[in-house]
Amino acid sequence: MAVASDEGRVSTSRTETAQARRPVRLFRNLMSKIALTPMILTAVVVFFGGTIWTVVYSFTSSGLLPRMNWVGLDQYERLWSTAKWLVSIQNLALYGILSLVFTLVIGFVLAALLDRKIRFEDTFRTIFLYPFALSFIVTGLIWQWILNPDFGIQGIVRDMGWESFTFNPLNDPDIVMYGLLIAGLWQGTGLIMCIMLAGLRGIDEDIWKAARVDGIGTVKTYVRIIIPMMRPVFVTAVVLITSGIIKLYDLVVAQTSGGPGISSEVPAKYVMQAMFGGQNLGQGFAASTMMLLSVVIILVPWALLEFGGRKRG
Amino acid sequence: MANPATLSSTIAATDPVTSRLGEGPSGPRPRKALSPRNIMLYGTLIIVSLYYLLPLYVMLVTSLKDMAEIRMGNIFSPPTEITFEPWVKAWSEACTGVNCDGLSRGFWNSVRILIPSVIISMTIALISGYTLAKWKFKGSEVFFTMLLVGAFIPYQVMLYPIVIGLRETGGFLTDIWQATCNVFTAAEGACRGRVQLFGSISGLVIVHTIFGMPINVLLFRNYFAAIPDELFKAARVDGAGFWQILLRIILPMSLPIIVVSGIIQVTGIWNDFLFGVVYTRAEQYPMTVQLNNIVNSVQGIKEYNVNMAATLLTGLVPLTVYFFSGRLFVRGIAAGAVKG
Amino acid sequence: MTLKTKLLAATAICAAGAVHAEEMEVMHWWTSGGEAAAVSEFAKALNERTDHTWIDGAIAGGGDTARPVMVSRILGGDPPAAFQFNHGLQAQELIEAGLMLDLTDVAEAEGWTDIVNPPSLLDACTYEGRIYCAPVNIHSWQWMWLSNDAFEQAGVEVPESWTEFTEAVPALQEAGITPLAVGGQSWQQNGMFGVMAIALAGQEDWLAVNRDKNAEVARGESYARVFQAFADARDWSDGLDVQDWNQATNAVIEDTAAAQIMGDWAQGEFAVAGETAGEDYSCLPGLGEVAILDTGGDAFYFPVTGDPDMEAAQKELAALLLSPEVQVAFNSAKGSLPIRGDVDLTTVNECTQKGLDLLANNQTLPSGNQLLSPDTTTQLNDLMTEFWNTPSMTAEEAQERYAQIIESAG
Repeated sequence: MAVASDEGRVSTSRTETAQARRPVRLFRNLMSKIALTPMILTAVVVFFGGTIWTVVYSFTSSGLLPRMNWVGLDQYERLWSTAKWLVSIQNLALYGILSLVFTLVIGFVLAALLDRKIRFEDTFRTIFLYPFALSFIVTGLIWQWILNPDFGIQGIVRDMGWESFTFNPLNDPDIVMYGLLIAGLWQGTGLIMCIMLAGLRGIDEDIWKAARVDGIGTVKTYVRIIIPMMRPVFVTAVVLITSGIIKLYDLVVAQTSGGPGISSEVPAKYVMQAMFGGQNLGQGFAASTMMLLSVVIILVPWALLEFGGRKRG
Repeated sequence: MANPATLSSTIAATDPVTSRLGEGPSGPRPRKALSPRNIMLYGTLIIVSLYYLLPLYVMLVTSLKDMAEIRMGNIFSPPTEITFEPWVKAWSEACTGVNCDGLSRGFWNSVRILIPSVIISMTIALISGYTLAKWKFKGSEVFFTMLLVGAFIPYQVMLYPIVIGLRETGGFLTDIWQATCNVFTAAEGACRGRVQLFGSISGLVIVHTIFGMPINVLLFRNYFAAIPDELFKAARVDGAGFWQILLRIILPMSLPIIVVSGIIQVTGIWNDFLFGVVYTRAEQYPMTVQLNNIVNSVQGIKEYNVNMAATLLTGLVPLTVYFFSGRLFVRGIAAGAVKG
Repeated sequence: MTLKTKLLAATAICAAGAVHAEEMEVMHWWTSGGEAAAVSEFAKALNERTDHTWIDGAIAGGGDTARPVMVSRILGGDPPAAFQFNHGLQAQELIEAGLMLDLTDVAEAEGWTDIVNPPSLLDACTYEGRIYCAPVNIHSWQWMWLSNDAFEQAGVEVPESWTEFTEAVPALQEAGITPLAVGGQSWQQNGMFGVMAIALAGQEDWLAVNRDKNAEVARGESYARVFQAFADARDWSDGLDVQDWNQATNAVIEDTAAAQIMGDWAQGEFAVAGETAGEDYSCLPGLGEVAILDTGGDAFYFPVTGDPDMEAAQKELAALLLSPEVQVAFNSAKGSLPIRGDVDLTTVNECTQKGLDLLANNQTLPSGNQLLSPDTTTQLNDLMTEFWNTPSMTAEEAQERYAQIIESAG
């Protein structure tokens, strides 16, 4: 890999003093290899090994227990002929795009607002973050109530005199995903805000002073200078948000249980339902293999670009 | 366009005595208390806060009502008569199966699981992130990419492979231990001890460390990557090694990211239900198992007020962590160190 | 023979030697009020009548939440002493893999084949002639619960059958009452379909489809009738947006809905709301069309531990669960029916009595769980809930897809 060798060369040339005291060049980076051992083991044995295991068993008819009854592509054929799965991936695409965009925007704006030397920063930060701490089971129920047509928001507005007001997302198959999105954003934006805030705090205050001296406006400073500098933070945030989207499960179960009908089903729920509800591990593994495949197709080229290319400032 | 590179020369030219160490946010200082700008700022924050607080409000008032009032159906109305009975019940009386001592039963178990899991998982993630950012070696990024894929696997899918893995590892370690032990002692039965990874807190700590790793390593790696290389290289020229640089330079600069990682780990581990229930035994179940049993019963009446109180009670620990650790969201240390 | 000597006999068969006090971790998903009270009866019996201690491993959320935990524990080599599953095909793989303790000697010593009624319950525990589980209760789906007040408001008699109910629907709708309360979850809709199939297609056709996986019958005329009725029911449930089954029951209790098709566990809700069977609400087993109950329910399984002391304790517990006193105490608290016909429940209301009479007359059917694999059940759940929430989907379309699922299950 380009980075690694490049990096090695740079440090060789610049750290001759350090090297002089270490006769064996091979072991120069030994400590870093030792320090990375737990991570390498996890990556290779658990995640890579576990993925292979899952893929292998997706070609079997495993039911309650993983067993080697080879059935070829049967599980995949069934998967792609199941209406619920097709609905699931459409829902995920819709929810995923909206959730990614809104979480990033809201998270960053809130962090920027909090970073304006305001009073009560602790209070505001805790308010935006607290939903992250509460279990999904009950927060799903709360949003179910708030969005309930009879005693939630719709009911309140109608009581105030606007009789024709209609806001009933959880019982309307066409817009149920937006009902989930409202709760999902409420739950997830606080953490992204925190990450953004940590990123903002990692930026040298002098940058701001310099920008002011150069006469650059606040918004422009954010867009032109701060955001490009926070690139690694945004990468972290995007990975965090997308991994949450792919794994979206508890919220759906708590808020709609996939309904009305199958209109708010998502892939992770399909996997869980197949594995533990239907006692058909093979089907669940086939579905999760498809999910992982799409992740790998997106992630690996990106990773090559990110790590394989030249290092960025 | 002003990019960071040209700015740095400007920085050097401006006031060098800036370091307000350990203090407050960036951005220009607000001018007047009631300027239109401030009204906009606080107005936005307060309106957004209302969206975030609405569910909390509903939970709070519901938890203070009795069931008769809840059945009347107005979720927004304040309780006509405040009762703390649901809170008492959630904490110490609600039945979660045969045992009727509410959430209190699992509280200390949760603490016992939380502390080692958070410390170990964060330490390993921090060291790994540091290595990946500053001590790359050939292939390290390949392993990191592999790890990142792990962030996208629904962890329920990994349940059985991990169970089998822990069983086998436990058996393997037992064999090693008994073989080694037998070399040193001849006494019959002296080496009967077994290494139990599955069904013990140590197994659970390992599992939390594994599943917290992708996100937290990414978090630390990307944060450390933003620390200027000059600083790091200067330290190496001065003869500082792997650990010295980590402890003396990197660690003091990474308080905000440690807070973020801490928030993720404390919340994730405290709220974890599935791993807690799979990898321990009944007497070690964490508090979330009781929470689940209170709020998630399929049959029978649902006591919404107790459910709300139980949820809020369970959330108190992470909430406290958020509130107080937030004070570590400081800046300036990094800036000062760079210039020093 | 008293219970104690019987127990001793059972123990003596399986483990010759002293009885060691064991800590027995028992996993189950009974956590709500009545359920918890019921399972406490088991715990009490174990703690008081034997030397062993009950360690409670309750995990709420039903089988879907608890099952992976139980299977993980078994796979990981650290199984609980006992765990709860539904009767039926769910545990078959664990038995096949040799992970479950063979209880045949206990069953013989206790005479389970003579006392367990209906015998199909024991059949569900039997694999290749050996018995692997202890059934503890009977739950039945075949009930329709009706609000007497709602019919009074609509000015019609409380119906005695599904046909009469159909006739009363226009009057109910006129009075602004939702005729049928149905929750939004798929298992409720599929369960309801099962009840309607037994009542309207008849026992023979139902068995042909569910037991023999006969797709021709599923495509046939009798099932077309069922799907038509199911489509009608879909229209009649409009206007009530509820998710949980107990919210639907609550609508019947408060007379905003006239009826609900739901298992016998719904009766607990009426009891909690202070309603009396016969006065405030009525019940129709088999929708009043057929006099029959399906007999689903719960059973306990005992994993193989390889520890003879634990094995003895497990067998002792198995015998205890089926003993008359424990059966009465447990089922009275849970609101289910006992699995042995030779005991009397302490409190019996009109509806429970109807159920007991049907049991006594052997008018029973195996439950869907005993005939269909969980995989098929999941597929049917999905189909039924899709149909229920897609007004454009016709009864014919749903019937064809139903037949396909049955075909692939066979």
